[in-house]
Parts: sequence; structure tokens; C-alpha cells
Amino acid sequence: MDRISRRGFFECMAWVGTGVVWTATGGILSSRVLPAAAAEPAAGSFSFVQISDSHVGFKGEANKDAAATLQEVVTKINALPTPPSFVMHTGDLTHGQKPGAFDTVAELLKGVKAEKILYIPGEHDVFLDGGKEFLGRYANGGPGWQSFDYKGVHFVALVNVLKYKGEHLGALGSEQIAWLQKDLNGLSTSTPVVVFAHVPLWAVYPAWGWVTEDSQQAMALLTRFGSVTVLNGHIHQVLQKVEGNVTFHTAMSTAFPQPAPGVGPGPGPMKIPEAQARPMLGLREVRYVVGTSPLAVVDSTLA
Amino acid sequence: MELIKLARVGRGMDRLCRFTMTRRGPSCPRRGRFARVPLAAMIALAVLVTMGADVPAQAPASVEIENSNYLPPSLTVPAGTTVRWINLDEETHTVTSTTRLFGSAGLDLKEEYSHTFTAPGVYPYTCDLHPHMRGTIVVN
Repeated sequence: MDRISRRGFFECMAWVGTGVVWTATGGILSSRVLPAAAAEPAAGSFSFVQISDSHVGFKGEANKDAAATLQEVVTKINALPTPPSFVMHTGDLTHGQKPGAFDTVAELLKGVKAEKILYIPGEHDVFLDGGKEFLGRYANGGPGWQSFDYKGVHFVALVNVLKYKGEHLGALGSEQIAWLQKDLNGLSTSTPVVVFAHVPLWAVYPAWGWVTEDSQQAMALLTRFGSVTVLNGHIHQVLQKVEGNVTFHTAMSTAFPQPAPGVGPGPGPMKIPEAQARPMLGLREVRYVVGTSPLAVVDSTLA
Repeated sequence: MELIKLARVGRGMDRLCRFTMTRRGPSCPRRGRFARVPLAAMIALAVLVTMGADVPAQAPASVEIENSNYLPPSLTVPAGTTVRWINLDEETHTVTSTTRLFGSAGLDLKEEYSHTFTAPGVYPYTCDLHPHMRGTIVVN
């Protein structure tokens, strides 16, 4: 008999119109014929939300009140038809690490209807004190990187704003990369993996600091997996890239937009009226449907 | 700055005079005594200028931070100068010495930071939020 993978079997069956979705609930296998399965989300499926770059404390032309737009995003999260299993904030919670800003963020996100809210830092959250306040609040004083498994998906949260030397802001550091290698070791290649990091893990625009200098080493550890979704922030706009089984998505900010790579003199906040900025701010819902790949990424704005 | 200019001119005139050494001793052709008169006047003027209460000895030196650039990227100043940085970006920036000799907090739009450079040397600095930003103060 020909060697065939589970995925290959499904593909063959789909051709002949007898595709089936298998899900495991409580250890008991059950099946549904594909067309019927499409009508309702398969058991074991879930969604989570990514928000990024809330920059609470920012006051500029594009947004006079970053806390208010973050509150609007919280309201939108709570209005989602399917409540997210968790919310991940991919960094730059505060703008300039202003006193009281972390408290404001914590207060606002208390209103989110989700089991868990997770955070990784952006450079604005750590530059004053090398991350002491942030890591004390959100990582029990640990290094800030972590991983967890949820319904068969492996999630990894990385910190790439604390190890830089030289010209590049984004850096993971050898200790974290060694940790990642150990963390991924032993996972089967069919495990979907989701990776969060603040600064993009691909070279979006190095001249503006939109790159992680040692990301290649991390990505090399991930290429063996059948489905890898990388979710980043930092650049305040949605850009996507596909490299084999890896899809990269950067996210909108909830505070202010930044220009497209290389367009204009620098990466700073766009100086546009608030009404024009709103459609460029928003959140992201990511849906995982068991047996499908890649994850479905749905961005929505404050417009 | 004025004091320096005048002193340089004075020295130049001295060189011209020495060039025309004759058996009778130094003299400046065509200019004769006139070479010494402007020199003396210049020195006197320089003394008067430095005594003037409303003229600062060192002019303030400024660096603007705009579009994530330090402008000018390299600034040369005499020892004792206070350099003032001003952030013209909505984005937060810092002025952080790469050798930890001086450093600002996060600067918002229109916020300033000053540091007085007393020792001659070369002082590179960067922004803690944007390490690709580079600036230098050269102190004579």
C-alpha cells in the first residue's frame, strides 16, 4: 500500500467528495462529512485576539487619547460573536513608559471578556529601566518569554526588545534561542505553532529598525513544522509574508498608524487627522479550525 | 566665537610681519606701523568684547531631533559648552551616551535635554528606543 499521510488521505477523499473531518473530543473520535462540517465550527476549534501598540500616554495629531481608542477596541472584542479564548498584547502597551500608564492599561483590559490576557513587551515598555517594571508586572520577574499549549496548538511568546546591541533594536539573544530550541524539541511537525514577538521576525525595513537581527536562528527551528503563524506588532500596520509553511502577519496599532516601509522621512507616527487615522487602527481575531491550516487571520478596524 | 575670530586674525597679521624681516629688524612692507595698529586695536576690541556683560563666552549649541535623526549628526563645540537637544517628533526619543556618561529620560514632543561638556573628547550617543539613531558631540 502507498505510504500516505493523514492530510493526504483527506485530500484524496475530498476529490471524491467524501472528505471527512475528524475531531477528538474527550478522547473519542467522531467524524462528519465535510459539507455538513462547514456549517458549524468543529469541536476543538477556538479563536484568540491579538492587539498591539496601544501606546497609552501618546498624544499626537493622529490620536489625542490613546486610552480612549484602546477602550473602543476592548468594546469590539467583547462584541465578537465568538468570545476569544485569550487575548495577546504584542507590546508597546505604554508610550514612553510614562508613570501610571501600565496601571491605565491594566484597568482598561480588566473589562475584556476573555479567560486570559497575555503580554509581551515593546521597546516603549522597557527602555527606561531595562524591563524591570514590565517583567515584574507580567512575567513574575522572569525573562518574559514563555510557551503554552492550548487545544493542540503550541503558542510561543518571545521578547525581542531587550537584547539589542549595535544598530538593530530587534534581537532575541542566544539564551532565548537556546530556550526555544529546547521548547520545540519533541513536538510533532503536525503541531500548529503560533509565535508572538513585538518587533517583526522578518526584515520588513531594517533602515527603520523593522527587523530582528537574529530571527533567522529562531525561524530555522520552526521550518520543520507544517503550520507556523508568526504574529508581530511594532510597525502599526498590517503586512503579510508567506515563506513555505510560515505565514507572518504584523498588526495594526490601537493608537496611531505609521507609514508604509520607506514612504516618507521616518517611521514615526503619521501626522494625519484623527478621523483619517481611525480606519488604520484595530484588532485581530485569529481562528483555528481543527484539521485546517493555516490559521484564519481576521483584522477589523475602528472605522 | 567673536573672540576666537579676532585672535586668529591677529596671529595672521603677526606672520605677515615676520615674513618681511630686514636688517633693521622686522617690518611689514606697505603696511609698516599700520600692521601693528589693527592688531593692537583688535586685541583691545577682543578684551572689550569679553568684558561685555551681555555677550556670552560660549554660544549655546543645539541639536534637533527630527524624523528620528539628530540634526546635526555631529556637532563640534568648545569645552564648557552646554548642548541642548530638543525633540521635534511625536515619537519618544532619548539622548543616551554610548559610554553612559550622560543620558536623558524619554523626551516627548517639544521636550528638551541639556548637558554641559567640560572635558575635550568625542562623545557618541544614541536613542534607547531607536538604536540606529547616532549622534556625536566633539568637544575641543
